[in-house]
Amino acid sequence: MFDEYTYSELGSIFAMQGFAGISLFSVLLLMALGLAIIFGQMGVINMAHGEFMAVGAYTTYFMSTLTETYFPSLMPYYFLVAIVVAFCVAGVLGYLAEYALIRHLYKRPLDTLLATWGLSLIMQQSFRTLFGAREVSPTLPDWLLGSYQPTDTIDIPLNGMFVLALTAVVTLGVFYLLYKSSWGLRVRATTQNRVMSGAVGINTKSVDRYTFALGCGIAGIAGAAFTTIASTGPTTGTLYIVDTFMVVVFGGAASLIGTIVSAFSIAQAQSLLEFFISGSMAKVYTLFALVLILMFKPEGLFASKVRR
Amino acid sequence: MKYFRTKIKGLMALPAAILLSTSCFAATPSTADINTTGLAITDDTVTVGILHSLTGTMAISETGAQEAEKLAISQINEMGGILGRKIEIVQEDGASDWPTFAEKSRKLLVRDKVAAVFGAWTSASRKAVLPVFEKENGLLYYPTFYEGLEQSKNVIYTGQEATQQILDGLNWVAKEKKAKTFYLIGSDYIWPRTSMKIARKHIENVLGGKVVGEEYKPLGDTQFGSVINKIRLKKPDVIYAAVVGGSNVAWFKQLKAAGITAKKQTLLTISVTEDEVLGIGGENLEGFYSIMKYFQSQDNENNKAFVKAFKEMWGEDSVIGDVTQAAYLGPWLWKAAVEKAGSFDVDKVVKASEEGEIELKTAPEGYVKLHPNHHLWSVARVGEWKKDGQATVVYESGLIEPNPFPEGYQ
Repeated sequence: MFDEYTYSELGSIFAMQGFAGISLFSVLLLMALGLAIIFGQMGVINMAHGEFMAVGAYTTYFMSTLTETYFPSLMPYYFLVAIVVAFCVAGVLGYLAEYALIRHLYKRPLDTLLATWGLSLIMQQSFRTLFGAREVSPTLPDWLLGSYQPTDTIDIPLNGMFVLALTAVVTLGVFYLLYKSSWGLRVRATTQNRVMSGAVGINTKSVDRYTFALGCGIAGIAGAAFTTIASTGPTTGTLYIVDTFMVVVFGGAASLIGTIVSAFSIAQAQSLLEFFISGSMAKVYTLFALVLILMFKPEGLFASKVRR
Repeated sequence: MKYFRTKIKGLMALPAAILLSTSCFAATPSTADINTTGLAITDDTVTVGILHSLTGTMAISETGAQEAEKLAISQINEMGGILGRKIEIVQEDGASDWPTFAEKSRKLLVRDKVAAVFGAWTSASRKAVLPVFEKENGLLYYPTFYEGLEQSKNVIYTGQEATQQILDGLNWVAKEKKAKTFYLIGSDYIWPRTSMKIARKHIENVLGGKVVGEEYKPLGDTQFGSVINKIRLKKPDVIYAAVVGGSNVAWFKQLKAAGITAKKQTLLTISVTEDEVLGIGGENLEGFYSIMKYFQSQDNENNKAFVKAFKEMWGEDSVIGDVTQAAYLGPWLWKAAVEKAGSFDVDKVVKASEEGEIELKTAPEGYVKLHPNHHLWSVARVGEWKKDGQATVVYESGLIEPNPFPEGYQ
């Protein structure tokens, strides 16, 4: 298939294809981080995760409209602010959801599945009522549009580079929070032994609430970032939720490293296969491989070593 | 008062739309004469159904269609209704769920006894309601451009079937852009696959061109990086696209981000109307082409009146896409057929429709005529997208005969 091309052309294609894989990796990781934190630390499967992403995306859209109307001169900068606001809005909503809904169901994990699914339906219809059924896109600042051209034949998408950088920042931030801060210490203690943590004076309820809020907030950041690559509609969340679960389950619950490795391998497999065979079949083979691996390692790639 | 006057002015163009004038019915015919099958018709009203998704994934697309149908019905009512009867609407929500569509259509036909239904959008929802309409002998006006290969006694198709949309667009691009090589890409379900099959046959057998790649992405997929690299490797003269829904937006945003713009690459799509452009953003589409039968920017008197009336009813920000316009034709075609038949009985209305003389001289898209095979004669138009989300029509075919079962293309 490569006969009629020169070496420089092939080189450019491979460089761009390599970036396509890395870019997919960063997207998957950013989607999965929030869910992995919540699932890993609390055992709650948040079916509304996709909708919290949509909250972030709609916040970005709202900020874009606001800036365009009142402060048009600030258009080049609003996007960075929007990401922070998206984190806060989604985080606060997550905090409220935990307080009103999830905390009553910790002893019934299967019911959280149903409850969060119901929450996702409620959120979808709220988006539809508030923002309308049509898909929307925020106006992106110019520095996010177009491509970077190191040579004549290589185009690296700017939005892909941006998502990659953002993912790196968020991932490092999460690592710092969980493994270097005193709050992270309390989270990890609660995960390992809830009763004992309570006994030594850790407010496990508050830990749960903030963990859930953090997970949702990160989903909000992901949603804001994805407005650069796709549009936002009431059901946008459902587009992402399957991939997100795939990454978290494959990586093994309760393991951030697992999530990263799993996002990387799924992304590379998917984008390489897609280059050589058709899009639909690439997905089939990727899922097939996942099922096979999970049959032999049902706990995922990196099973947690917590005593149950 | 101003509102009233503009409304009247907007309506003035429409009475002319109906060639078959209502004037021959000086006296209102008696209900027993025009309704022998027990439909919901009184001495001064007739009930119809509207069945579209107001909730769920498809709400984005179907909202415009039901708005257009309501506009047409209110305009018909202001003109005095049909056979002296005002149209009343029972609206049901298909909720983007095909079994719900079937259930609601049964309710409309059996319980509400509606004289006609305007509705369905996806092929899947049409296939779901088809057996119900055939069993209960209902009448459905279906607005979407679709893959063809269907013709039911109980359905009038007001959108284009595949050959009406595809062939002329391909001819145009082969001639104008000297295109020889094509890359086909679509979402993975029946409509894109059937359309691509027809396109491939036409490219290979009629145009003497070459298909250098054919690709289908799962519905809802938002990652096009690898596909775009593949396209770059193949260097096609034309990218021919039928990507739908949320994927559509991702596809065009990522094309632009990858530096593939109209300056370097000709792209022709059969799945982008003004509705989709709202989500995609005009700046991501600028210079690419769509093949449709209608564009909001069409410069004729009927269309100006239609756009104005639509905006008055549904807001200044509304956009009107191809399917919205096709949906608007439904009630008018029904009115013409009922008046020709002099009856609301489904069998008689269908028979009148099949005589091939139902025509709308001033439909927004231009002249349309109903073919005995239940589809419309229509014109294929190529529109070039501009930054503001509207298209300039750069090519118009002549009237194309609908051919839902094209030989040599299956």
